[in-house]
Amino acid sequence: MTAPLLALDNLAKTFTMHLQGGLVIPVVAGISLDVAAGECVVLGGPSGAGKSSVLKMIYGNYRADGGAIRVIDRTETVDVATAAPRRVMALRRTTIGYVSQFLRVIPRVPALAVVEEAATAFGLGRDEAQARARRLLTLLNVPERLWSLPPATFSGGEQQRVNIARGFIADHPILLLDEPTASLDAKNRAAVVELIEAKKAAGTAIVGIFHDDDVRERVATRIVDVTRFAASAA
Amino acid sequence: MSALATSGTVAASGYNFAYLDEQTKRMIRRAILKAIAIPGYQVPFASREMPMPYGWGTGGVQVTAAILGASDRLKVIDQGADDTTNAVSIRKFFEKTSGVATTTHTAEATIIQTRHRIPEKNLTADQVLVYQVPIPEPLRFLEPRETETRVMHALEDYGLMHVKLYEDIATHGHIATTYAYPVKVEDRYVMDPSPTPKFDNPKMNDCAALQLFGAGREKRIYALPPHTKVVSLDFDDHPFEPTKFDHACALCGATHTYLDEVITDDAGGRMFVCSDTDHCEERRAEGHRGALLGEAPAAIAGAAE
Amino acid sequence: MSNAMTDAPLLTAETVTKFYGARIGCRDVGFELYPGEVLAVVGESGSGKSTLLKLLSGQLAPSDGRVLYRMRDGVTRDILTLSEAERRFLFRTDWGFVHQHAEQGLRMGVSAGANVGERLMAVGWRHYGKIRTEAETWLERVEIDAGRIDERPTAYSGGMRQRLQIARNLVTAPRLVFMDEPTGGLDVSVQARLLDLVRGLVADLGLAAIVVTHDLAVARLLSHRILVMKDGRAIETGLTDQVLDDPREPYTQLLVSSILQP
Repeated sequence: MTAPLLALDNLAKTFTMHLQGGLVIPVVAGISLDVAAGECVVLGGPSGAGKSSVLKMIYGNYRADGGAIRVIDRTETVDVATAAPRRVMALRRTTIGYVSQFLRVIPRVPALAVVEEAATAFGLGRDEAQARARRLLTLLNVPERLWSLPPATFSGGEQQRVNIARGFIADHPILLLDEPTASLDAKNRAAVVELIEAKKAAGTAIVGIFHDDDVRERVATRIVDVTRFAASAA
Repeated sequence: MSALATSGTVAASGYNFAYLDEQTKRMIRRAILKAIAIPGYQVPFASREMPMPYGWGTGGVQVTAAILGASDRLKVIDQGADDTTNAVSIRKFFEKTSGVATTTHTAEATIIQTRHRIPEKNLTADQVLVYQVPIPEPLRFLEPRETETRVMHALEDYGLMHVKLYEDIATHGHIATTYAYPVKVEDRYVMDPSPTPKFDNPKMNDCAALQLFGAGREKRIYALPPHTKVVSLDFDDHPFEPTKFDHACALCGATHTYLDEVITDDAGGRMFVCSDTDHCEERRAEGHRGALLGEAPAAIAGAAE
Repeated sequence: MSNAMTDAPLLTAETVTKFYGARIGCRDVGFELYPGEVLAVVGESGSGKSTLLKLLSGQLAPSDGRVLYRMRDGVTRDILTLSEAERRFLFRTDWGFVHQHAEQGLRMGVSAGANVGERLMAVGWRHYGKIRTEAETWLERVEIDAGRIDERPTAYSGGMRQRLQIARNLVTAPRLVFMDEPTGGLDVSVQARLLDLVRGLVADLGLAAIVVTHDLAVARLLSHRILVMKDGRAIETGLTDQVLDDPREPYTQLLVSSILQP
């Protein structure tokens, strides 16, 4: 097996709710997990098991309370858990892609530009970015008449497809998927599965959460049950 | 300017020579010397109450009083004319308080106090031109804080001056400022030339005479030593242009002087005449005749003597 | 981002402290700001964020600590040791300052064109036509009809004034812009337009910015990093989405939980 692109080492997360009298909510503890190029590791377990929290920690969106998140960034290994904000920002540009559950809408920016922007931030040229954006939006059945409109007014499914296009457009070596197919119909779910397969074939290391059993079975290289790492209340 | 040392009191009037006491004159002379040393820089001075209202030239009067000597010959003009109220009263003031000789002839004067004009005749190294200045601060229109304008002068932070000129062009299509047109002195200080018409700005540059500026209410004195470089501010594509007149003087026929428009009746009749009365009279005495006078002889033309 | 220039901070705050008598204005604040980075300083009124902004922009001398700035010539200087002339030069070339109230950052008595052109004239532009063309370009960039170039800002709406103020600041291509509650006092729809505009300009021009705001939505949309101030101290700092989505300090949790969700 090739060296992992992403390695979680004894990762732990706890929330302390100061507004609720310092209530401590343990989420996960002791997660160790390697993800190699071309793999799609699916996080399993019921709602509230901490699956999303793990993805968010890898992306630097949540802070880890213990352990390390080692990411291979070209020739360098970076620990997201301890890296400076600036380093994490650079990782997000070039190394780690993330498809969140919901599109965070930016006012007034048209859908096509929202998608392109993710590619130019990665370093692709404008023409290449536009070509890719058009291809992805077509593939995900976003009607062309919507491309020039800001996604704020789109339906949930349409917004999510714009979000997916945005997440898949760049060639990040690591891709995090948080329920990308949640609000999609069968046809679009199939399109997303196709995109995931293509990324795997291209050597992307993927960590994902899929509630849809059908999709999960088709894309998963491995399934890791997060409940194994459930932290006990302190 | 004759020797600064002035004689004692003028017995006839009971006033100190030229009204001001000698200590005050010394204070003003020090300010003048500093102003000469830093051309275009506004030197603060302890302006005195004068027996005339602010706005009547109290700054110019104090400067003149401080440099006037018994052997000087004083000329006073207001808008170029020797015979207007302000000019006459200031001339009489000095006649009464100092007893010095006065004149209306530019060439004969050693000190010329002026409000709003520079004589048409070239001034010489033996002469001093004293300007009455209402507002010495060229930046005030755009920046009312004195503390700030002082710092701006100190740091040569003059972008604001061009903002005013920009605004002129944007509004009128050309730089519409026609008087108090800002100048840069020796590539350093931006200076307000007092409300002289911009027609006179070129005369300030490389002038042989010493030019002194006094602002009584504002308590500032500034100066242009002889042969100082004085450049009117402008834009590359909107260069400074002195006012040009489409008319000749109706009295003397001059075509290169600054003209006043004079309304002659209620039916829209008007004529243009030299604002510099002495210059105009001199030309008429030399036989020049404008359209109004035709071939009239000197006596009818009103030329002096 | 391999460029060596971007690997050095543009502005560095070291234990910046300001006392007003016995009262603390701001205490021990330190951070590094890199080219192209947007830092949001958030906190309630009186938390010291405006004091901090004045200290960082050299308008106030710290009681302790220092602020370093890497000038265009690559030399890093302590901004407190800059002469008044150098400081002013920075402020009309390499720095911008966007005030909450546009009236404070604009000359209300002269036209929009003159407002935008002032910095150009201050750095020696002397060609009216070129100044005007540049001003028109910038008005359009901030979505103001160039046909209104000769109107005074008094004729503009609040949102337009704020956009004009931004154009006036950006015309000399500054590398760092300070913004004090840039959307404060504007209608919500006007805010959104302004934020989007600023966001676009910051990205296009590679500007670094320090944005003081009490509005966490503004911080989220504009900034890469965030610094939460309370009682004059920086109590929490990090990536903006990290601090807002996973706040640690009790006060930050309170701030985040206090946002009204539409």
